[in-house]
Amino acid sequence: MPLPLHIFVLVSVIKSALIIFFLLTAVAYTVWLERKVVGHMQNRWGPTRVGPFGLLQPAADGIKFLFKEDLTPPHVYKPLFLAAPMIAVVFALTSIAVIPFGNSFTAFGYAIPLQITDVNIGLLFILGVTSVGVYGVALAGWSSNNKYSLLGGLRASAQMISYEISLGLSLVGVLIMSGTFSLRGIVDAQAGHIWGFIPRWNVIPQFIGFFCYIMAAYAETNRIPFDLPEAETELVAGYHTEYSAMKFAMFFMAEYANMITVACLATLLFFGGWRGPIFGPTVLQVVLPVLYFVAKVVVFLFIYIWVRGTLPRFRYDQLMSFGWKFLLPLALVNLIATAIAVAW
Amino acid sequence: MISLHLVLFLAFGAVCVAGAINLLAQTHPINSALSLIAVMAALAGEYLLLGAEFVAAVQVIIYAGAIMVLFVFTIMLLNAGVEEHTKGSRVAIMVGVPGLLIGSVLMAWVILHRSGTEAVAMGALPGDPRTIGQLLFHDFLLPFELTSVLILIAIMGAVVLASKPEAIQKRKEH
Repeated sequence: MPLPLHIFVLVSVIKSALIIFFLLTAVAYTVWLERKVVGHMQNRWGPTRVGPFGLLQPAADGIKFLFKEDLTPPHVYKPLFLAAPMIAVVFALTSIAVIPFGNSFTAFGYAIPLQITDVNIGLLFILGVTSVGVYGVALAGWSSNNKYSLLGGLRASAQMISYEISLGLSLVGVLIMSGTFSLRGIVDAQAGHIWGFIPRWNVIPQFIGFFCYIMAAYAETNRIPFDLPEAETELVAGYHTEYSAMKFAMFFMAEYANMITVACLATLLFFGGWRGPIFGPTVLQVVLPVLYFVAKVVVFLFIYIWVRGTLPRFRYDQLMSFGWKFLLPLALVNLIATAIAVAW
Repeated sequence: MISLHLVLFLAFGAVCVAGAINLLAQTHPINSALSLIAVMAALAGEYLLLGAEFVAAVQVIIYAGAIMVLFVFTIMLLNAGVEEHTKGSRVAIMVGVPGLLIGSVLMAWVILHRSGTEAVAMGALPGDPRTIGQLLFHDFLLPFELTSVLILIAIMGAVVLASKPEAIQKRKEH
């Protein structure tokens, strides 16, 4: 039964509020996880003082950011200097709107899907939003009126445009196999098993596509080994050199929210989304898929951090030639091979 | 009765026109470029209202997300400064403004009277990815392929123009 308008609005508002709350909490605890994991990898403890295992450290950080003096240097171009962090964070948070994280459940006779909205161009929506998110970084670098910031902004925009192509192409293979742009549809296309026990996940036929996606996504989110835009050994802090307090925190939030989006997309497109063994009473049948989804996303976030703790940074020309001369042809070959296999 | 559809149409249209006027009025190139992005985004909103989600998404990804990023990139790289506004030539004001007004009125009149009597309804255009793919790769395959060759030629031309003569000379020697 479709929802009447007033109930639809109510449900949407509640879902949006809950999801934004969970997303921001997840962002804060990804930062905690990163500090903790990288700490242990480098034989340190990471945060330990605030709360058990340093679990309240994100709250302390948040309070610190809120109460720090918010400096605006005198030489910046003010309107864009103020707008840039907002652009970055708004677009980073928007892409979560189309990400499904579980089946739908029935409450008071209405079917409520676990997703803010299911649009039939879901994947394109995310690609569009992330491509517009570049402006936050580019404008921050330019409006700071500082050579290090400008170089960081230029590097970021060049890098993101270059890798966006491979990113998009690496996903086309999955799209050909499932025949829809809807993220829910793509997950549904991965239902069932091969020979009764191997899950029919896209990562098995599309492992090249998955490799290209992960590489391009690391570059899109400006993470090590592709974190040239904020390479601290050469660019101070890159595009956010001149930012302090909450404005800096907004860039930080945007980066981690983008990481989470990338992890969610990898889960949905290549690893069967929320699919997994389901059993037990109705409540468990609704909760279990969400848990599977969250677990898969956490694994991807862990790999992100693992890579950060392990790999050195590329040189800029290596980054560009890797993107254009290796990743792009590989993604194209994968696309053609998939198309031929499906047409067969 | 004013429907939500009409309200949204007018809102996106207003953003579009305001962005276009701001594009001309701004003296700093980066502000002009950002206004153009606003125009593109509002146009994507109008496409969405027609039920053409695919076109709307492509509009945002290609125009707002890729082409305009390159515009902004170039402006940043050249560090283009504030431009001076000229008053404009007298001919432009005497002929251009009335010409523009007459042209728009004429166009509105033609659209209202000549083509069908009804406005295009939501979802009336074939906007879903499947139909567009069918049209592009089946019904209009030849024009599509010709366009792609044209774009390839443009890319090669850009590479030739951008590469330094010494580099070409060096490549010939090797």
